[in-house]
Amino acid sequence: MQNIVSIKNLTKIYDNDFQALKNISLDIKKNEIIALLGPNGAGKTTLISIICGIVIPTSGSVTVDDFDIIKDYRKTRSQIGLVPQELSLEQFEYVFNNVSYTRGLYGKAPNPSLIEKILKDLSLWDKRNSRINELSGGMKRRVLIAKALSHEPSVLFLDEPSAGVDVELRQEMWETIKDLRKSGVTVILTTHYIEEAEAIADRVAVVNKGELLVVDNTSDLVQSMGQKTLLIDLHDAVESLPLNLKNYNLTILNDGLSLSYNYDSKSKQTGITSLLQDMKETGLRLKDIKTEQSSLENIFVELVREN
Amino acid sequence: MNFYAIRAIYLHEMDRMRRTIGQSILSPVISTSLYFIVFGSVIGGMIPELDGVSYGSFIVPGLLMLTLLTQSISNSAFGIFFPKFTGSIYEVLAAPISSLEIIIGFVGASASKSLIVGIIILLTASFFVELKIQYPFLMFFLLVLTCLTFSLFGFLIGLLSNNFEQLQVVPLIIITPLVFLGGSLYTIEMLPEFWQKVSYFNPVVYLINGMRWSFYGSSDISILISVISLVAFLLTCIIGVAIVISKGYGVKN
Repeated sequence: MQNIVSIKNLTKIYDNDFQALKNISLDIKKNEIIALLGPNGAGKTTLISIICGIVIPTSGSVTVDDFDIIKDYRKTRSQIGLVPQELSLEQFEYVFNNVSYTRGLYGKAPNPSLIEKILKDLSLWDKRNSRINELSGGMKRRVLIAKALSHEPSVLFLDEPSAGVDVELRQEMWETIKDLRKSGVTVILTTHYIEEAEAIADRVAVVNKGELLVVDNTSDLVQSMGQKTLLIDLHDAVESLPLNLKNYNLTILNDGLSLSYNYDSKSKQTGITSLLQDMKETGLRLKDIKTEQSSLENIFVELVREN
Repeated sequence: MNFYAIRAIYLHEMDRMRRTIGQSILSPVISTSLYFIVFGSVIGGMIPELDGVSYGSFIVPGLLMLTLLTQSISNSAFGIFFPKFTGSIYEVLAAPISSLEIIIGFVGASASKSLIVGIIILLTASFFVELKIQYPFLMFFLLVLTCLTFSLFGFLIGLLSNNFEQLQVVPLIIITPLVFLGGSLYTIEMLPEFWQKVSYFNPVVYLINGMRWSFYGSSDISILISVISLVAFLLTCIIGVAIVISKGYGVKN
């Protein structure tokens, strides 16, 4: 698939000598949804701020649709829509006017019918003549999305779109993002909600302390980096592992009533068959067996901890 | 050139004026009217003519300059500082707009507002004192040049300010005293010789005298020197803004 955004060796050192990005390289494919995952202060916002032209990079390069973000800034920025993390809106403005203003900033002729459609799609049409300070937090976030879409961008950046949003609105927002992708828009979102990345992203990029730790398809990442765990419930509690089970990587849980066994599901020999045979020979009586796949959250926490 | 963006910024800023009409128009008109009532009609009636014009008429160019300078600076300083304060500056920075287009939008709107206020003040003055303008085209040229120059200066202040206090310091602590001590209510010749020499270091003296010359054909300083001073200050502001913008507007880093 063709790349729409290409980041090469990007570094950012702020005036106070804080290095927010360390030699980041990343290609973003056309029409995908990619989630930039990372804890607070990881460098996610700096990364998207540089691509959008809000922050000047220290070194490295970024292209959007093969145009350089600095030399060809008019061509790159006109393709980009940005929904910032903060509810950065002028509180005394009217919704319709404010969304139209953003379209003008991007060099587009006034188009009231398009603004009407965007506001209707985002359930804001009833509020078109309301002042922004009269809206709820969720509505303000939707106004920011409407503003970002007002100039019909092909790349949309969403910086922490779920911050401070209730569960119902979050689900609605995910549907909106999926619909945008269907209409041909590439979506790059930053989040520290793993659930959000799992729910909507095709690919995940984990960023920590300004470094890109891993980039992969969400499902492949879970498969390749995740472990499976076999949970065995016993009829009778054990105080310690019998001798012939010592070689297995078993952990006693639940006051001796459960055992857990971690294994690599893609390995040719998982060791499950021999484990169960040895347990039978030991005389342990099994009550139940189930398996668990480690989640993206487990993988993320592990990656960040290692870093 | 991104004309739609310039138009959007210009109309957006002019809309702010419409929303705050009391603060933008009424406040300077009321305060200037009070000056005309107190200094022009009440006290002015007891003061002999200066340079062949009544005191009430004499102070019109100075008070006009006082309003233009303070309005131009505060309009454009606030215009760029407010989006910085609310964070909504992000959309201006992220849009496909050049620095020049941003300046034209913000400074153009600020200068337009000041020009409107200036014209309203002139009309207001005509109710209180006898108003004659000997060189109306020159007066209008100076009016526009002053609005543009000091809007640009205000834009620079707005870019560099990090809080509301810094935003207010230059207009209140520097500009207002310079205007009052710049011969807005008296001629430089009325001062003792030492203070006359000191006054020539006050740049506002040249602006007020230029405007006064366009009204009455006479002033303390040559009109040519006044116009050159104004253009020189305009160029200084342009260079100042260019330097700040090249370093990232004070917000990009």
